[in-house]
Amino acid sequence: MNHKIKSIIPQLLTLLFVVAVIGFFTINAQLNMEERGIDFGYGFLNQESSFDVQFSLIEYDGSHSYAKAYLVGLLNTILVSVLGIIFCTIIGVIIGIARLSPNYLIRNTAAWYVEFFRNVPLLLQIFFWYYAALRALPLPENTEPLFGVTYLTVKGYYIPRLIWENFDILIYSILAAIISIVFIRNYARKLQEEKGQQLPVLLISVGLLLVFPAITFVTGMVQLEVALPVLKQLSKTSFIYAEGLSIPPELLALVLALSLYTATFVAECVRAGIQGISKGQKEAAASVGLTPNQILKLVIMPQALRIIIPPTTNQYLNLTKNSSLAAAIAYPDLVLVFAGTALMQTGRAIEIVSITMLTYLTLSLSISVLMNWYNKKIAIKEK
Amino acid sequence: MININILKPTSSNFQTYLYIGSALIFIGIFDVFLRSFFNINYLTFLPGSLNFLFPLIIGLVGLQMIRLEYSGNRIVDKINQNINNNTFNAGLTLIIIFLTLLVIPPALDWMILEATISGDTKEACVATEGACWTYIKVWFRRFMYGMYPNDFHWRINTAFIVLIAFAFVGYFMRGKLKNYITFYYAILYPIIAFIIINFLISGGSFGLEWVETNAWGGLSLTFIVSFFGLIFCFPLGMILALGRRSELPIIKYISIGYIEFWRGVPLITVLFMSSVMFPMFLPSDAFVDKLIRVIAAIILFEAAYVAEVIRGGLQALPRGQYDAAKSLGMGYWKMQIFVILPQALKLVIPGIANTFLALVKDTPLIFVVGLSEVVGMLQMAKTNPKWLGYAMEGYIFASILFWAICYAMSKYSQYLELKYKTER
Amino acid sequence: MLRTLKTLMYLLTSIALLVSFETGAFAAKKSKTLKKTQKMGFVRCGVSQGLPGFSNADASGNWTGVDVDLCRAVAAATLGDSGKVKFFPLSAKERFTALTSGEIDVLSRNTTWTLSRDADIGLTFVGVNFYDGQGFMVRKSSGITSVNQFKAGVSACTNLGTTTELNMRDFFNSKGIKYEPVTFEKADEVVAAYDAGRCDTYTTDKSGLAAQRIKLSKPNDHIVLPETISKEPLGPVVRQGDPVWEDIVRWSLNVMIEAEEYGITSANADSMKSSENPAVKRLVGAEGELGAAFGLDNDWSLRIIKQVGNYGESYKRNIADTGILPDRGPNQLWTKGGILYVPPAR
Repeated sequence: MNHKIKSIIPQLLTLLFVVAVIGFFTINAQLNMEERGIDFGYGFLNQESSFDVQFSLIEYDGSHSYAKAYLVGLLNTILVSVLGIIFCTIIGVIIGIARLSPNYLIRNTAAWYVEFFRNVPLLLQIFFWYYAALRALPLPENTEPLFGVTYLTVKGYYIPRLIWENFDILIYSILAAIISIVFIRNYARKLQEEKGQQLPVLLISVGLLLVFPAITFVTGMVQLEVALPVLKQLSKTSFIYAEGLSIPPELLALVLALSLYTATFVAECVRAGIQGISKGQKEAAASVGLTPNQILKLVIMPQALRIIIPPTTNQYLNLTKNSSLAAAIAYPDLVLVFAGTALMQTGRAIEIVSITMLTYLTLSLSISVLMNWYNKKIAIKEK
Repeated sequence: MININILKPTSSNFQTYLYIGSALIFIGIFDVFLRSFFNINYLTFLPGSLNFLFPLIIGLVGLQMIRLEYSGNRIVDKINQNINNNTFNAGLTLIIIFLTLLVIPPALDWMILEATISGDTKEACVATEGACWTYIKVWFRRFMYGMYPNDFHWRINTAFIVLIAFAFVGYFMRGKLKNYITFYYAILYPIIAFIIINFLISGGSFGLEWVETNAWGGLSLTFIVSFFGLIFCFPLGMILALGRRSELPIIKYISIGYIEFWRGVPLITVLFMSSVMFPMFLPSDAFVDKLIRVIAAIILFEAAYVAEVIRGGLQALPRGQYDAAKSLGMGYWKMQIFVILPQALKLVIPGIANTFLALVKDTPLIFVVGLSEVVGMLQMAKTNPKWLGYAMEGYIFASILFWAICYAMSKYSQYLELKYKTER
Repeated sequence: MLRTLKTLMYLLTSIALLVSFETGAFAAKKSKTLKKTQKMGFVRCGVSQGLPGFSNADASGNWTGVDVDLCRAVAAATLGDSGKVKFFPLSAKERFTALTSGEIDVLSRNTTWTLSRDADIGLTFVGVNFYDGQGFMVRKSSGITSVNQFKAGVSACTNLGTTTELNMRDFFNSKGIKYEPVTFEKADEVVAAYDAGRCDTYTTDKSGLAAQRIKLSKPNDHIVLPETISKEPLGPVVRQGDPVWEDIVRWSLNVMIEAEEYGITSANADSMKSSENPAVKRLVGAEGELGAAFGLDNDWSLRIIKQVGNYGESYKRNIADTGILPDRGPNQLWTKGGILYVPPAR
């Protein structure tokens, strides 16, 4: 009885405290809003937004609603996060492996890279890339083409635009390729477990991914046209490149800074993963007669991935959260479009900030849940 | 095939190969050296891309020629083992050397050799082509102290020295006082820190003039925010970590909810919330200073991360400690304060140092809500009409400054990690 | 027994009424904000983060500008000294929340008076101290001399979350021109982006264009296009819910304008006490009890004129003499061809 009371009282007190705090805030908020004549509600999301956005993946202009503006911001955030994740993984894996190289110079260069980019704040890096580096680029009329058809200017990176006919057929072909790859992988795994034979799965997968879409091209079901950027004069001194696709320098700066910064953490995760495999594994595999490539593919990587993936996913999450720094440069991501422009135009601070925070929270929690599921799935089951 | 065989040395004719190889390597490096330092290119008779790749090819051939296992020469052996074990590695090494030679001299030239640091106005800088460090010199006080009045900078300096002195009191605690370390750091130190900062930096009484928080800025503001953030989020993080490991369901779920919520949102939205939403949540008469609101938001945010770090420490303690304490008849709080927490905190000191480092790296964000710490002062300085066009110098200065501080802190935390690892 | 109770009740009610006459609902003339301001000893004024001519701090921290002068006028009226003001530089995002939350009492930050801001977010605009319009700035070398010459693909830099962003859209839509908006939160960054060539044009209120021009690396290489694409009446803002404070700020501004109408300057204000014109005498406090309506003493308007000056002096000192906008344009008295026409102070 005593124990029960002892356990109930603290819980009750904590609950009361939390309820009191939340209640205090809510009551104050309500009072304040009544006094000022502001009302609370999410109906404003259907109102016309009246502002345009610099860069959007979907059709959007000022005549659409605030809810659409929210979607535009969200898609832009996802875009910059996905691009950042791809690049930081590539750079991170290279640097991580370089850190373990027997070559003294490479090892130290990688170490200095990690130490340097890790210790400078991300905001400073973003500012450096955007305000110092990308601002120093030449004006469109003075640019030399990169790779012949792309132009890196102060107004953006202009690349050729691909115009597809029957794009959905291409998507279907890629889907078909992916499904067949999954089947082939399963078959290869079964084959290896039963008969010990290896199929070159990677080659086959790449081949399928290339062949299926190529068929659609060859048979003429899908057509591709390339629109090259063409210098267009807007005034006596102002030019842009029309017809092509323009990537705003804000996006470039953000992806650059995010990738370089997060790559340092990914490199450390990769290094820890590979170093975490005991040397005995490599030696045992070599003594069984596997070639170095086979050792890497069959013995080292599966075990290393188990150690590498959880912290790396954490870093991906950090990158997504850090992409909200786009608000400091003019990249129209969720924070700038919704918690910036929309908030300032409507004045609905509480609703908008709460929606923004909930969005990020949902993203984080879903990735955490995925991560936990993956961890359970690949956990080594002791016999 | 024949080519490669000619290039491969054998133990008998190694000396000749060594000389030729070294000569080739030297030529390759010398060529790049000439190109970058003096802009001389004596190979213009070669076609475009060959001209560009010439040093690389020569260097590769040279390295190939001295690649022999166990040649007997100590230096050559070391080179072969480290950077020359196959062509790929050799190629990478050469590229790194060449890149260094190509990039460093112009950078050094711009940063040091042709830079100016004398003088007080823009005119001193216009004449040279190098970096304009005069700009940094003139604005240095602003970068350090923000818009704080120049005469009162001694107040900030004293406050920091006193704060750091108090932080090290924990080292000198002997005997019975050691039991109270947790109490000191969790409760006493925050109060002392608050009093010092309130009376010394903010002023308003004891004859010191009041300086409004709008004027605080620069690196000192970064440190104030980081200090306060860490000192106050520490007790809160402890309570949350204990709560998460508690057996009482309500407390456990409230702690989990809090920690997952604050870890899932980006700091910038938290700062927006503090500057735009907090005022609505307080009674209309109560007005809280912007700096305090921002620090409160940072404290709530960081407490979640500190809680996770401390939880790691709590989990690492062997169960025997809990059992022994309970068998001695200690209640929950007694056990935590005198047995568990001191040990757990010692374990997680490196983790807390890392969190502090992350906090220092996150403070530039408060610039987005209008507080001008270093990055904010930088932006303000670069758009001042008298000093336009020196953004690059400002960013390099800030990068070096932050890098130095963070590098020192990360090295210190690595040292701590090693030191505490061996003690157990 | 019943009778004593009844008398007691009557006594209590009358005492309550008497007390409430002195304080509470019936003593409505004292405004809550005024009381707080007088207790604190300074007026809390929200200003911009540095707009020459309107609110700008020099290296030693002295604020000057037309918006600053308005706050100083309020300080002179309520506290007797125009120096008793604390300036809070605010970004565009926090300017309204700072006001509604009580961090500042007057927002004098060249804010455009619009319907949604007046009605939707708990604020009240109390007047216009600068009639302006939105314009575009381009490089002289671009050869553009009119907004009709903009072509599709033009990139325009402006401030985030302001009326300029919305007006820009309306304008380009009405011309059917596809444009690229590049919006930053801080005005300094907008200027820097335009200067570096990131945008082809910079758009904001014309007074802002004129003021920010000095932050460009070569100010004389740029021109402001002649067309004005919107109305931007800029004025001070206060919280809703304190009508007396609203009146105090409103009439501080009106007094400054009316003083110029009658030729009262900071130099001759004292001598105007002996003027023949009763309107002038009322403005300098020699006649009438105008201050009591706000809970102020009678010299409130005299202090404003003496310590801050009339509207013309403020304009001249901050905007005309600094070279930002030498021509007053619509910001001239109605008697001289402008549109400054304020209700009479009587």
